[in-house]
Amino acid sequence: MSAVMEQRRPRLVLVGNGMAGVRTLEELLKLEPDKYEITVFGAEPYGNYNRILLSPVLSAEKTLDEIMLNDEQWYQDNGIRLCKGRKVVKVDRKARRVMADDGTEMGYDRLILATGSDPFIIPVPGHDLDGVVTFRDIHDVIAMLEAARTRKRAVVIGGGLLGLEAANGLLSQGMEVTVVHLMDSLMERQLDTAAAALLQQSLEQKGLRFLMAHQTEAILGDGRVQGVRFKDGSEVAADLVVMAVGIRPNTALAKEMGLYCERGVLVNDTMQTYDPSIYAVGECVQHRGQTYGLVAPLWEQAKVCANHLAEYGIARYEGSLTSTKLKVTGIDLFSAGDFTGDETCDELVFKDAARGVYKKLVLKDGRIRGAVLYGDTLDGPWYFQLMRDATPVDDMRQGLLFGQAHVGDSGHGSEAERVASLPDSAEICGCNGVCKGTILKAIGEKKLFTLEEVRAHTKASASCGSCTGLVESLLASAVGGDYSEAPAKKPVCACTVHSHDELREAIPRLGLKTIPEVMQALDWKNPDGCHVCRPALNFYLLCAWPGEYVDDGRSRFINERVHANIQKDGTYSVVPRIWGGVTTPAELRAIADVAEKFAVPTVKITGGQRIDLLGVKKEDLPAMWGDLNRAGFVSGHAYGKSLRTVKTCVGSEWCRFGTQDSTGMGIRLEQMTWGSWTPHKFKMAVSGCPRNCAEATIKDFGVVAVDSGWELHVGGNGGVKLRGTDFLCKVSTPEEVEEYCGAFMQLYREEARYLERTAPWIERVGLSHVKQHIVEDAEGRKRLHARFLASQVEAQVDPWAERAQGKEAHEFIPIKPVALKEVTP
Amino acid sequence: MSWIEVGELSEIPRLGSRVVRLPGGDVAVFRTGDDRVFALRDACPHRGGPLSQGIVHGHRVTCPLHNWVIELETGEAAGPDTGCTAGYAVKVQQGRVWLNVEPARDSQSGEACLQRVASA
Repeated sequence: MSAVMEQRRPRLVLVGNGMAGVRTLEELLKLEPDKYEITVFGAEPYGNYNRILLSPVLSAEKTLDEIMLNDEQWYQDNGIRLCKGRKVVKVDRKARRVMADDGTEMGYDRLILATGSDPFIIPVPGHDLDGVVTFRDIHDVIAMLEAARTRKRAVVIGGGLLGLEAANGLLSQGMEVTVVHLMDSLMERQLDTAAAALLQQSLEQKGLRFLMAHQTEAILGDGRVQGVRFKDGSEVAADLVVMAVGIRPNTALAKEMGLYCERGVLVNDTMQTYDPSIYAVGECVQHRGQTYGLVAPLWEQAKVCANHLAEYGIARYEGSLTSTKLKVTGIDLFSAGDFTGDETCDELVFKDAARGVYKKLVLKDGRIRGAVLYGDTLDGPWYFQLMRDATPVDDMRQGLLFGQAHVGDSGHGSEAERVASLPDSAEICGCNGVCKGTILKAIGEKKLFTLEEVRAHTKASASCGSCTGLVESLLASAVGGDYSEAPAKKPVCACTVHSHDELREAIPRLGLKTIPEVMQALDWKNPDGCHVCRPALNFYLLCAWPGEYVDDGRSRFINERVHANIQKDGTYSVVPRIWGGVTTPAELRAIADVAEKFAVPTVKITGGQRIDLLGVKKEDLPAMWGDLNRAGFVSGHAYGKSLRTVKTCVGSEWCRFGTQDSTGMGIRLEQMTWGSWTPHKFKMAVSGCPRNCAEATIKDFGVVAVDSGWELHVGGNGGVKLRGTDFLCKVSTPEEVEEYCGAFMQLYREEARYLERTAPWIERVGLSHVKQHIVEDAEGRKRLHARFLASQVEAQVDPWAERAQGKEAHEFIPIKPVALKEVTP
Repeated sequence: MSWIEVGELSEIPRLGSRVVRLPGGDVAVFRTGDDRVFALRDACPHRGGPLSQGIVHGHRVTCPLHNWVIELETGEAAGPDTGCTAGYAVKVQQGRVWLNVEPARDSQSGEACLQRVASA
């Protein structure tokens, strides 16, 4: 960059070299690396370190070096001037200049305040004695470690999260530790009394002493601390006193420069203070009446602030829900949301004191409002997710307390698999072969904080996703009390700030009819999107404007673009449709002829009662399809987010137990639904009796014949996460089966997010919601079914026949085959 | 001479790609949304997936096998994945696309890239 350009860059000054401020810079550098000339002022003489990991440093589980997030090299590498050990004491907003305590002055165009928070010191006599410390920064930790080497008795004032972590750290340094708490129950802001009692019990077993309901009156000593006296006159001896009664947003500088503050510096949804050129992030901030002391909200704020500093101007911070986890080895504790509730709430409680397990969920209006877990916190992230997404839980209420594994969602691995107790060599992600040690190492070395980051760096949980809960637990145990999770309103991809639901809603509302129109109207960041958003948009538009939208092949995954399944070696597999799994000798002969003619290396019977021809060269596909067409076959859509197969048993036509013609019913359903595009693949089955040989109860839509009619089941899954179907209803006639099936598919097509199978969709919206639309509302069901049939008019054109006749020929042949002689001189 | 004519620009779909079948292996020729043309060896540095079959977005392509994102200009995998596939020089003259069938050695990134491929 030229010197002239350098001068023109606006100046950005960050006051406060902590996690929130530096994260904001990191987010900004990702968006606009060269936009600003950046200077950072930090009062502490260090780079940026991970403050939430001070507890493990105190308990000697980690070293200082291990918790550094940005060393000085990082500032250098990014062209950032770091003024460490210099505290900004004055800001002249008119002249836009900051002044530090050593006399350094600097002008700014944009300022970020990230002054964090200060520990609260109880103003009792003796609070300033030697040996009285807080638990806030590296300096405090060094003082505590020093005291632990030379002295014996420690008193920690404060039985909250911070106090208990400090107490545990000092205990493991060999001190005798007494915890003094004003209330009669520990961590009263995170735990109810039952969980607090269990916690106190296990901490006592570890060797901590507790003085509950004790109010400190004075700290005793002459020059150096000797003890603590309480309101009731009692005293306790102490060589070290740690005050850990809470933190206050540090607003001193903000007030000094005349910015409006209440408990914290007030900011709006774009993280701007009352002075629009001054932003504020982190613990010093008050947003919509809330202050935050945990890392996840800080990360969300940093992202929004960076977005505006980069002048993208599209992100908004709308507040965060937070969860808490205690970083004390051997103690599993999780708390989120409102865990006390009121008379309008329901409480679900599970207690097994002998095993040391306690779980409580607070429900209101069929949704989780809060959770306290003690002893078994494996399901904490799941409850938190349900809470953040406001997922209706009435339908799973019976099994809710027993965890995700018990609500029809057994996942892989057993629920007894307590991630903390697994050895480092235990495989967490079975798809990509990633073990626990590798994940923990990456979290430590690459400073990862979010699930997305762990996925990107290790590939764990990046394929089928069934180990997501385990990875989240690992992340929580590694980065401590709180971790950033995908926000409830999750953008579709990095190209947009909009969620799937917002896109679905905006497309008809704004009358958007093509992918470029959507991208323009909704401010896409990348001009032609990416491999994540384009297929989703293509489906949403196809679903919203049937018969009108022109399918965009360039926005389809290769399989759907060329109507065959790509294999690991770049060849394709071909699966002709075999209606209801019923075939004839002539059809089989035709398949055999095709397989021989094109030298197909592998012929395989599929799980969906069809025949798979594997290893076909791309150039051969159209000719092969032509041959199959002539024998009466159409595409089996084995490659698509679409109707796959309808599996059947032989039913009443042959089976001595069959009650109805299940094969006939299956063929009818397949003929009605083939060719339809759905958010994810869609599988069906029809069984002729409750013995259910077609395994209909693990399909997206399953039909089980009984003597008096047909039972309809929905939302099953036999894949990644085994899930039995939910019973929808029973109907009498084949015509009703068709109507309910079409209506259900259409509801799924219109409501589910792209790449969401019916099982997670139903768990998200609730079975009651589906029943309401399909069973209770007869008129609505008929309308849904009619819309489904209307969309099928265009969809039921065999893509194989079209391509066999030359459509999209360029997809199947090289632009130029080059002979050897043409490239040798 | 190592430059060959491979066809009309219009034969490559926008946001798409076509394969040039060379004796030493396939080369994927990409055409982006802004009508730039790039050529890479048709093999992802991860597991050799055919990049020509991927979704093109910006100046990148996503491999159809495991969603690695490859930069069309350099052949490098987008972070945090690491790996690189060889690039080829390509040019458009009067609507015709020309490909240099020798992997690009003159461009700095191409050379660095090839060395990494060789040492991998």
